[in-house]
Amino acid sequence: MLSIRNLKVSIKGKEILKGINLDVNAGEVHAIMGPNGTGKSTLAYVIAGREGYEVTEGEIIFKGRNILDLSAEERACEGLFLGFQYPVEIPGVSITNFLRTAINEQRKYKGLDPVPAVEFLAKMEEKKQLLELQEKLASRSVNEGFSGGEKKKNEIFQMAMLEPSLAILDETDSGLDIDALRIVATGVNKLRRPDNATIVITHYQRLLEYIIPDVVHVLFDGRIVKSGGKELALLLEEKGYEWIRSES
Amino acid sequence: MEKNQNNILEEVTNSDYKYGFHTNIEMDLAAVGLSEDTVRFISAKKNEPDWMLEFRLTSYRHWLTLTEPKWAHIHHPAIKYQDIIYYAAPKRKKELASLDEVDPELLDTFKKLGISLDEQKKLSGVAVDAVIDSVSVKTTFTDTLSKYGVIFCSFSDAVQNHPDLVKQYMGSVVPSNDNFFAALNSAVFSDGSFCYIPKGVRCPVELSTYFRINAANTGQFERTLIIADEGAYVSYMEGCTAPMRDENQLHAAIVEIVAMKDAEVKYSTVQNWYPGNKKGEGGIYNFVTKRGICKGSHSKISWTQVETGSAITWKYPSVVLMGDNSIGEFYSVAVTNNFQQADTGSKMIHLGKNTKSTIISKGISAGQSNNSYRGLVKVIKRAENARNFSQCDSLLLGDKCGAHTFPYIKAENHTSIIEHEATTSKISDDQLFYCKQRGISSESAIGLIVNGYAKEVLMHLPMEFAVEAQKLLAISLEGSVG
Repeated sequence: MLSIRNLKVSIKGKEILKGINLDVNAGEVHAIMGPNGTGKSTLAYVIAGREGYEVTEGEIIFKGRNILDLSAEERACEGLFLGFQYPVEIPGVSITNFLRTAINEQRKYKGLDPVPAVEFLAKMEEKKQLLELQEKLASRSVNEGFSGGEKKKNEIFQMAMLEPSLAILDETDSGLDIDALRIVATGVNKLRRPDNATIVITHYQRLLEYIIPDVVHVLFDGRIVKSGGKELALLLEEKGYEWIRSES
Repeated sequence: MEKNQNNILEEVTNSDYKYGFHTNIEMDLAAVGLSEDTVRFISAKKNEPDWMLEFRLTSYRHWLTLTEPKWAHIHHPAIKYQDIIYYAAPKRKKELASLDEVDPELLDTFKKLGISLDEQKKLSGVAVDAVIDSVSVKTTFTDTLSKYGVIFCSFSDAVQNHPDLVKQYMGSVVPSNDNFFAALNSAVFSDGSFCYIPKGVRCPVELSTYFRINAANTGQFERTLIIADEGAYVSYMEGCTAPMRDENQLHAAIVEIVAMKDAEVKYSTVQNWYPGNKKGEGGIYNFVTKRGICKGSHSKISWTQVETGSAITWKYPSVVLMGDNSIGEFYSVAVTNNFQQADTGSKMIHLGKNTKSTIISKGISAGQSNNSYRGLVKVIKRAENARNFSQCDSLLLGDKCGAHTFPYIKAENHTSIIEHEATTSKISDDQLFYCKQRGISSESAIGLIVNGYAKEVLMHLPMEFAVEAQKLLAISLEGSVG
């Protein structure tokens, strides 16, 4: 699904990612953990194609194709989804309108006609129920006046609607109370399929009590310094990031 | 990133004006320039009664004493009033009895503009008055409306057939000596729409006037007069386009609205005159005086405008709140791109007790354009408990455009409550990236964000206009990202 080779990234001349290697297969859930400021969000943005980052070396292969030359919207249309750490407000644009626009643009990219309204609304209904969301969410403006928890749930809802091949969830657990955390985790688990994959980026081990990862990576100072099974997360929780620092 | 932004901006702002064609129609033209003879010529062409000619001549003589207003935040080369043709009309041989007699070229023009003058238009429930250059070519639906006592016809017809109404109300809201452009219009106006809704009648269809400038070197000077008698209601829509020409053309119109006791008038405009090219050449100079008076108590006048066209826009749709408990509203979206200049806003004059007004203005600037809001809220001494709420928001796309706000407040009664809110924002990189990450292209993202920003105004437009306006907003800004 995703294969990152020796990825080096700088921002304004300062190297943030110093040679990332990562392989994610279909059907897998990966967790990337690490202390603040080690490049977790940078990695997510670079994969998603945000401008302002300079890739100095390496490649990102997604579904067999190097995507570094693709724009952010092309990558999204290819099936890449980023759950934002800080979802952005778009005043006056309803979630329904936003998602319909997104789905139709993605369909256009694939040479398909716009989704019929009835089909679209039925899908909204289905996904809302799946994620146990309230009715009124869809008519509200995108993230405007949302609580932290609502914003994160809205990210998961968009993910459910867009059905990506690969979802990267950047600190989706931060700022969530335990109920919201459970809803988000349940959503991720329910959307898990043999033909898609998820990368969960998190600071804490807490989320991993609800989403069981196949592989855990520790990102430290721009490199993945350790990879292992889910027990690695527990070890990290127990020993703290100091342990990594001393090991690396 | 800055550079990238500007690139995207440039792409978006580079879409073309799709109404820029012109039609070859045999025209009846006045000689170039303006004099008493021109005024007499126009009046004679229209076979007008003496009182009408007198009105024109008085206006003309007053105009000669005036100079162009200089206070607006706009710049343009001097307008050469003696180089303009003040009357242009499609030639016609006799009175039109049915649509079959309308010049097919003309019908074709309106077809291209997406306006059907066909009787079929009845099905969509909109009555249309089509004005090309100086003359009303066709008013649809007249028969049906007359059953309700509603008069909807060209201004010229009204002068002939309803002289008493015209005499009573013309110039009663916008006097001919109101300002430079109003005086000019009053002297040389050629046609326009007239509408009277009798007591207690709720006009069963939306009324609409479609203005089209076609001929070269001409100015367009139309006037509209709407009278809603006691308890009447009407929703009125106005649309406008012009061919692409590299000279500037002058459009100086007047709209007057009178709302009697308990009456309500909703006036919606989608102004899409040719804005000039990307270098700022050509385009319409749009100097318009629009004013309504809430004459009776509990009356209401509501202006909604979406302004995307014209090289220069100078207009301040206003409401004089004379009747107690009357309501004035102004909802506006003004988009400027490339080198366009807009100085637009509203005036709310509170004369009666418990009068209420609302001003919602959304400016969107892109390219190297300048967009100004100018507004006046005035409460006189005896207007107890007057209330106004104004909100002026500006959205900037790119870093070469300007947004300005000039709000004036004059309150002479201490019981009045006046609120003014203003914001200035940019479309952020974060918003754009968020949209793009969902698969939405820059262009669509801007369309989406801008329409969301303008939603409060767009929701006041009649349905069929709203859809058009949304598309127009997206097209006007195609390519501009901030």
